[in-house]
Amino acid sequence: MLRPLHPVPPGTRTVLGIAFFLLFVAFWAWITLGGHVNRIFLADPLSMLKDGWRLLVEDRFWLDILITIWRVFGGFVLASIVAVPIGIAMGAWKPVEAFLEPFVSFARYLPASAFIPLLILWAGIGEFEKLLVIFVGSVFQITLIVAVKVGSTRRDLVEAAYTLGATDNGIVKRVIMPANAPEIAETLRLVLGWAWTYVIVAELIGSSSGIGYMIINSQSRLATGQIIFGIIVIGLIGLLSDFAFKALNRWLFPWSLA
Amino acid sequence: MSKLLIEGVSRTFAGVGGGQPVRALQPVDLAVAANDFITILGPSGCGKSTLLRIVAGLEAPSTGRVLLDGKAVTRPGPDRGMVFQSYTLFPWLTVAENIGFGLREQGRPERERNEIIASYVDLVGLKGFENHWPKQLSGGMQQRTAIARALANDPEILLLDEPFGALDNQTRGLMQELLLGIWERRKKTVLFVTHDIEEAIFMASRVIVMSARPGRIKSDVPVDLPHPRHYTLKTSPEFSALKAQLTEDIRIEAMRTAQALSA
Repeated sequence: MLRPLHPVPPGTRTVLGIAFFLLFVAFWAWITLGGHVNRIFLADPLSMLKDGWRLLVEDRFWLDILITIWRVFGGFVLASIVAVPIGIAMGAWKPVEAFLEPFVSFARYLPASAFIPLLILWAGIGEFEKLLVIFVGSVFQITLIVAVKVGSTRRDLVEAAYTLGATDNGIVKRVIMPANAPEIAETLRLVLGWAWTYVIVAELIGSSSGIGYMIINSQSRLATGQIIFGIIVIGLIGLLSDFAFKALNRWLFPWSLA
Repeated sequence: MSKLLIEGVSRTFAGVGGGQPVRALQPVDLAVAANDFITILGPSGCGKSTLLRIVAGLEAPSTGRVLLDGKAVTRPGPDRGMVFQSYTLFPWLTVAENIGFGLREQGRPERERNEIIASYVDLVGLKGFENHWPKQLSGGMQQRTAIARALANDPEILLLDEPFGALDNQTRGLMQELLLGIWERRKKTVLFVTHDIEEAIFMASRVIVMSARPGRIKSDVPVDLPHPRHYTLKTSPEFSALKAQLTEDIRIEAMRTAQALSA
């Protein structure tokens, strides 16, 4: 019946996927509405939706959502603009790699959240500080992954290009970059997901707007419905941007699809 | 004058982890006349691919030198087109763009490029597939594209490293006829590496047999079978006689390799 690695039909896959969501919400409703946990600590699904609706209509929560999205993408785009070229350079030219790789490997383990106090000292609590948190959290990761991907470019393609008369610059521009473009885009998609966790941490500290701010604000009022609504909104936006990124990659790189 | 001169070319690889250096190729001398079709036949690991890669400029010889039209080879270049055993089409380029890669790299104008691409698409029988991605092609079609891509640069010499080694038997037979047909019509100097005896005889005007590692040239066998050649040639008595002779040569070498490995 359950054979290892045996594929599941698409229809069944969808049904199973939705089923777990329903099961999860049903369990949540059962422990909250059934009175198995204290309502002060966990809101039930219905009041979560009510709280969410009130947030959007009365408290203009959609402005917070927009500001958070802007921070994620702003910081992420900044990090990509810096990290992708450096990563390509490290992967393509080994002296550059020897020069930067040890430092980047070390910097990658520096937790972005631990930088927040410093960044606040340097940049204040304005937008720039929020962007910097995302930037610090993403830039080393992207650099290192891109460098590794570029470094493992298929050697036979490089050799073929040389025998066709490509110059050293031509190899970088017309082989290494296009060959790795889908993998780089895939890396960016992955790191964008991580950027969403950094932005919330950045907004929990020294902030007066954004989804994270709303969440920390709700905590002091024990508004667990709002907190859960905020978390779900983050999840949904993350999922949506992931879908959009995947669709973009499919459209940009039709040749790489199996 | 010879088109290609290989003079005392040998290759020794550094030992792994401080071990003894490994000699892959003993000094080889070979003169190739213009428009000759040479096959290099040898057991696997005999250094025949290394020799070809040195001619391509992808590897440097430990001793000796390679001269093409009297000029020493130091690095790869478009005057030596190469077809690899592995599928090396650029997956992000269409068939037409792959064939035009070298032309574009040399900055030829687009109109001229398109004309050349069209003629080579025609030559290898890929009409209608110009805009396909490599992953949409069969192995045989990918290698046809690779041959067209190498020829589009109009190289002085075409180097092929077991180009049909990964193909099934039927496709391989068809590809041999296709390549030979191209050579018969458009005379080119060709160096073709293979471990398949039948393929070596069928394609060649001259078969170079290499010994087991460390490789050296063991014999140099002219193939005076008439052109154009048809697949039925493979069953003719002349062909069979050559095949018997080369099979004996290669068998001794293969056995020496096996003994060296078990020793």
